[in-house]
Amino acid sequence: MAEESKTPLLDELEKGPWPSFVTDIKMAAKRKPETMDLLNQLELSYEEKIGHWKHGGIVGVMGYGGGVIGRYSDRPDLFPGVKDFHTLRVNMPTGWFYTTKALRTICDIWDKRGSGMTNFHGSTGDIILLGTDTDQLQPLFDDLSEAGFDLGGSGSDLRTPSACCGPARCEWACFDNLQMCYDMTMEYQMELHRPMWPYKFKFKFSGCPNDCVAAVARADMSFIGTWRDDIQVNDDEIAAYAEGGLDIQADVADNCPTKCISYDASSKKIKIDNSNCVRCMHCINVMPKALKPGKERGCTLMAGAKAPILMGARLSSVIVPFVPKEKLEPPYEWFKDFIDRLWEWWDENGKFRERFGELLDRVGMRVFLKAMDMEPIPQMIEAPRTNPFVFWWPEDVETSGKEAK
Amino acid sequence: MPAKTDIGPPYFKDFLPKVILDNYGKWDYHEIVKPGVLMHVGESGDKLWSVRVGGARLICTDRVREYCDIADEFCDGHFRFTSRHNVEFLVADEAKLEPLIKVLTDKGYPIGGTGNGITSIVHTQGWVHCHTPATDASGPVKAVMDELIDYFTGVKTLPAQLRIALACCLNMCGAVHCSDIAILGIHRKPPKPDVNKLPKVCEVPSTISSCPTYAIKPKKLEDGTKSIEINDERCMYCGNCYTMCPAMPLADPEADGIAIWVGGKVSNARSGPKFSKLAIPFLPNNPPRWPEVVDAIKNIVELYAADARKYERVGDWIERIGWETFFDKTGIPFTDMHIDDFDGGAPPPHIAFRTTAQFRF
Repeated sequence: MAEESKTPLLDELEKGPWPSFVTDIKMAAKRKPETMDLLNQLELSYEEKIGHWKHGGIVGVMGYGGGVIGRYSDRPDLFPGVKDFHTLRVNMPTGWFYTTKALRTICDIWDKRGSGMTNFHGSTGDIILLGTDTDQLQPLFDDLSEAGFDLGGSGSDLRTPSACCGPARCEWACFDNLQMCYDMTMEYQMELHRPMWPYKFKFKFSGCPNDCVAAVARADMSFIGTWRDDIQVNDDEIAAYAEGGLDIQADVADNCPTKCISYDASSKKIKIDNSNCVRCMHCINVMPKALKPGKERGCTLMAGAKAPILMGARLSSVIVPFVPKEKLEPPYEWFKDFIDRLWEWWDENGKFRERFGELLDRVGMRVFLKAMDMEPIPQMIEAPRTNPFVFWWPEDVETSGKEAK
Repeated sequence: MPAKTDIGPPYFKDFLPKVILDNYGKWDYHEIVKPGVLMHVGESGDKLWSVRVGGARLICTDRVREYCDIADEFCDGHFRFTSRHNVEFLVADEAKLEPLIKVLTDKGYPIGGTGNGITSIVHTQGWVHCHTPATDASGPVKAVMDELIDYFTGVKTLPAQLRIALACCLNMCGAVHCSDIAILGIHRKPPKPDVNKLPKVCEVPSTISSCPTYAIKPKKLEDGTKSIEINDERCMYCGNCYTMCPAMPLADPEADGIAIWVGGKVSNARSGPKFSKLAIPFLPNNPPRWPEVVDAIKNIVELYAADARKYERVGDWIERIGWETFFDKTGIPFTDMHIDDFDGGAPPPHIAFRTTAQFRF
């Protein structure tokens, strides 16, 4: 008779059609018996409905303040294999493209130095090497470095910047977001590896307004590719879509948020009022062979997004409506100057654990704009204020100097 | 050899296959050939097929090596991952496409996640590796995807894309706050501070100031040591104090569970980005398969599939029919928990900011 399983609850998750993480932990444990304690401890969590990892712990590698997440079991008596089980964040190649050679190298190093368990990828985009002993951290980092990999961010630093697949595999990329993401990652290695700010700061680069890396929701500085001239239209391909059965009136024109597309079913042609187009991408998404973003491309710079902790979630909002593509290429002088001044303002004024967007809310957009020497523009807002409590700049309120009696 | 610091990631172009280097920035259009298979066509006429495969985010090196074996055989040693933990096998030679699909199918990998359906669930660590979770992550995700896999593989389709995310606590790691359906681990009891240990392991003032609702007050212990006490009524269980101070644990097996959120999105297509909104305030943690959570999500997805118009995301659909109709049709009880009364101690001036890339020049 087969030996009775020690993880009957988790075994249930090996059933069903979707790939099972339980199967993967068991596979790793066949080669690394101590990894079985990850599953054993998780089984206890499934029984008791509570986690069994202790709070944090300061561990790291020489020269860096981030990149390693300390983790200790609160039941090392039961699960000695995961007594200390730290995570390394490894900066992924931009756009998550790999060669099998590089991945096999990472696997070799990780099998030698850790649990054999990984995340491809963590929420911020890093390769996550999940679980190793304290004394393996430095040798692991040394091995990774020798193989050409470096750690990602954690704590109050620049978090690992990420980008969608961009011009490598998408016709909608409005700037070379992969190159810029890589270049900014290299430019700010100091900020990425050594936490020294009020809190974390994220860059995310999306090639178009479809925003496949959720930049608007998750990055303090969000780059959203866009264009400012007319959508490129191929009349023959429009006709081909119509002949192929696409209902261009219902599926495309009626879904346009500004109703700037009109369709003539008899000639199978569309007309776009480009001055009223807000570049939402819907028509292009539905008819990728017929429509393309314009030729004058660049990005919209938005800022301030974050998840709820502490004062509630924020989306990024428009800071610079259009940065032309040429300014999003090396040497990026304009952006470097901009972000240095923004970071300095945040560092100077931000409270402990206050994200950039929260500071913006606390002191007001007008204070930020003045500090950055930027002009307010209507694209920054949905609508003007609805309350009369205006903080006038005293110098703007010129009077004759006569005191009222 | 001691590590060189600050070398950064490997240069991404060193990892791109030839067809991508040849057509970089010069792709002309793409088509979804069938569920899970994209075909990108370059201005040069070159073609690239991407076969998208769903997987657990938590995988072992054996799995990665298996992906590598497959990519060596069919993809000249190249593949990628998506922003939602899918794997994409990149094929430049059309003759290799069907054999690749057969190998992936034979090995049990689900192919799909493209177009108007469900793709892999973005999720966090949960009980597997986090220190503040109110639920597990990989377990509920596996249970939900087992149930919804037909919407991944294209056997069933939806009016539009449906993005699901899971975060195991109120930190909402991942774009949980902007997902069509979000599964969120929640705590419901205030921290149980170890007031005697606290002054020894934490800084009292920073513990007090960590609370966004000012629920933590200073208190002198009998021996005169400065510690803290909690005004339970003010606590909304965010766990920020626990992140700052380990003597403030708040996990509780019975009080912890899952809330379901709906109607968020990040893309600018049609309507602008939106936050997820609360649909179900609490469902119990019921491992290993979280049946209440799976049923609740299935109910919402099936209703959306039947009721929404083509291209309407969940949030667009609910805005059209109205929240009262949403609660009515789903049978989800509306409670006082749904009415927002958290002001975070500060007004939200940013609500007037332009939080979409949609604007006119």
